Amino acid sequence: MSTTHAGSTPRTRAAVPGTLALGLARTGYELRSFFRERDAVIFIFAYPVIMLAIFATVFGQDDASIELPSGQVPFAQYFLPGMVATGVMLTSFQNLAISIAVERDEGGLKRLRATPLPATAYFLGKIGQVLVNCTLQIAVLLAVAAVVFDVPMPQDAAHWATFVWVLLLGTASGAICGVAFSSLPRSGRSASAVVTPVVLVLQFISGVFFQFDQLPSWMQQVASVFPLKWMAQGMRSVFLPDEAAQLEVSGSWQHGAIAAVLLAWLVVGLVVGVRTFRWRRRDDG
Amino acid sequence: MTSAPAVEVSALRKAYGEKQAVDGLDLVVARGEIVAVLGPNGAGKTTTVEILEGFRERDGGDVRVLGEDPARAGRAWRSRLGVVLQSTDDLAEATVGELVRHFARFYPQARDADEVIDAVGLREKVRTRARQLSGGQRRRLDVALGIVGRPELVFLDEPTTGFDPQARRDFWDLVAGLREDGTTILLTTHYLEEAEHLADRVVVVNAGRVVAQGAPADLGGRTARQALVRWTTPDGPREERTDTPTALVRDLAGRYGEVPGLQVLRPTLEDVYLSLIGDAPATTPAAPVEPVEVAR
Repeated sequence: MSTTHAGSTPRTRAAVPGTLALGLARTGYELRSFFRERDAVIFIFAYPVIMLAIFATVFGQDDASIELPSGQVPFAQYFLPGMVATGVMLTSFQNLAISIAVERDEGGLKRLRATPLPATAYFLGKIGQVLVNCTLQIAVLLAVAAVVFDVPMPQDAAHWATFVWVLLLGTASGAICGVAFSSLPRSGRSASAVVTPVVLVLQFISGVFFQFDQLPSWMQQVASVFPLKWMAQGMRSVFLPDEAAQLEVSGSWQHGAIAAVLLAWLVVGLVVGVRTFRWRRRDDG
Repeated sequence: MTSAPAVEVSALRKAYGEKQAVDGLDLVVARGEIVAVLGPNGAGKTTTVEILEGFRERDGGDVRVLGEDPARAGRAWRSRLGVVLQSTDDLAEATVGELVRHFARFYPQARDADEVIDAVGLREKVRTRARQLSGGQRRRLDVALGIVGRPELVFLDEPTTGFDPQARRDFWDLVAGLREDGTTILLTTHYLEEAEHLADRVVVVNAGRVVAQGAPADLGGRTARQALVRWTTPDGPREERTDTPTALVRDLAGRYGEVPGLQVLRPTLEDVYLSLIGDAPATTPAAPVEPVEVAR
């Protein structure tokens, strides 16, 4: 048997590469793959921009607007915060819930599990991809809103600070919940059919497509359980005049409640995700 | 350290509910050896390999892979392994070059990505996305990703299922190249020809345990390997089973001169295998056996 000559490769093993560097490498890889998948780019990345354009145009016909005591808020301005919140939810929650379910189904997760890539680096890559996508998407959305629809941008640091923390907290909880939710679809093919309706329903009941205060109160209560409503509310506090707070159900922006709900979903997502995450398909043992 | 076996398994057990998938399996793979695990579907091959790869927990038995227990081993251990799973459809949008370079980064002492791409014969496809590769090219990519980390031990799970004969030959050459580097390979396959061609040793698994093992030419022992000599007499065809076919043929030649209808048949690995797993009557080469030597 030809076994004698073999095994003759003495190797001093170098240390395995650092998790942070690998997370960065994964981010690059994830971004490249994402932008090559055309349908994902359109449904996740471009969707809020397209919806803003449609809604601002349709509702804004004949200079229609929402009346406030001290003036008017054009529909483009009123819808922008909801579209920002939707964009965050799509790039974080929908994107990860679908893409991880597909990766699991196609065997990509199992393949990675067989390599020395640490799980943390894999998730860092996902988070990096979501952050970059989110930033790009929101930048495009704000640019279109400001340039095409003349939506005024906030002028002071306090509003931008609110923007940043709502954005970051919303992205984080959306991403974590997306990872947790990815274990629910039974196959990669069913993933978008399972995830998209959830996202769509939330958009309708959370005041993204309608004025939230005009929804039936039971619908408002249901929406209040989920993060999208709170993210949209947070974004309204950034992009609408301060007095528009009186249009809110509670009559105020409720920053404390926004932070609490988003944080709660982050924690729930983390606990559920850690317990349910699988590297293999369900039928694979 | 290199003298210890690459894989040592004793009394391995694993059940799924009522079904005992692995039932006291023993296996040793020496460093540098190529071992093919054969067995019918459901014999416990994949379960065993997945326990060795650290994907599954075992119920009982001792397992050492590269000196460590796969159930507890960490990243450093993983970086010494190469795993080529059964075919998958992931990685669709990245190109061959990007993937090999990306996976190389996971390992402390990776091979040069371009060398690996050349070795698997995908040089011309280096800018092609994985989704556009043919089945055979895809499998070569799987192998490239499995070996780019310079593994000491490679698991190949049914590497050539669905290949055309030429693609299979090319793949065998690729594995032969790994052997020259001293890589230990544990291979599962349904193709006996493949096991015969590649493996130093064949291990036949049935009902969760090893039922036979040995070099492909020795598998099944002497009885299973007896030659069958056939010839035609005026009274009809005759056949005789013998350990010494040459002597018998010499004897026949003395009697008849030119022996009518002479055939010397040896059981193929497939015949031996089928008899081992009980799908064919033991030690009786069935009628359509491939003639190995034919008298002129």
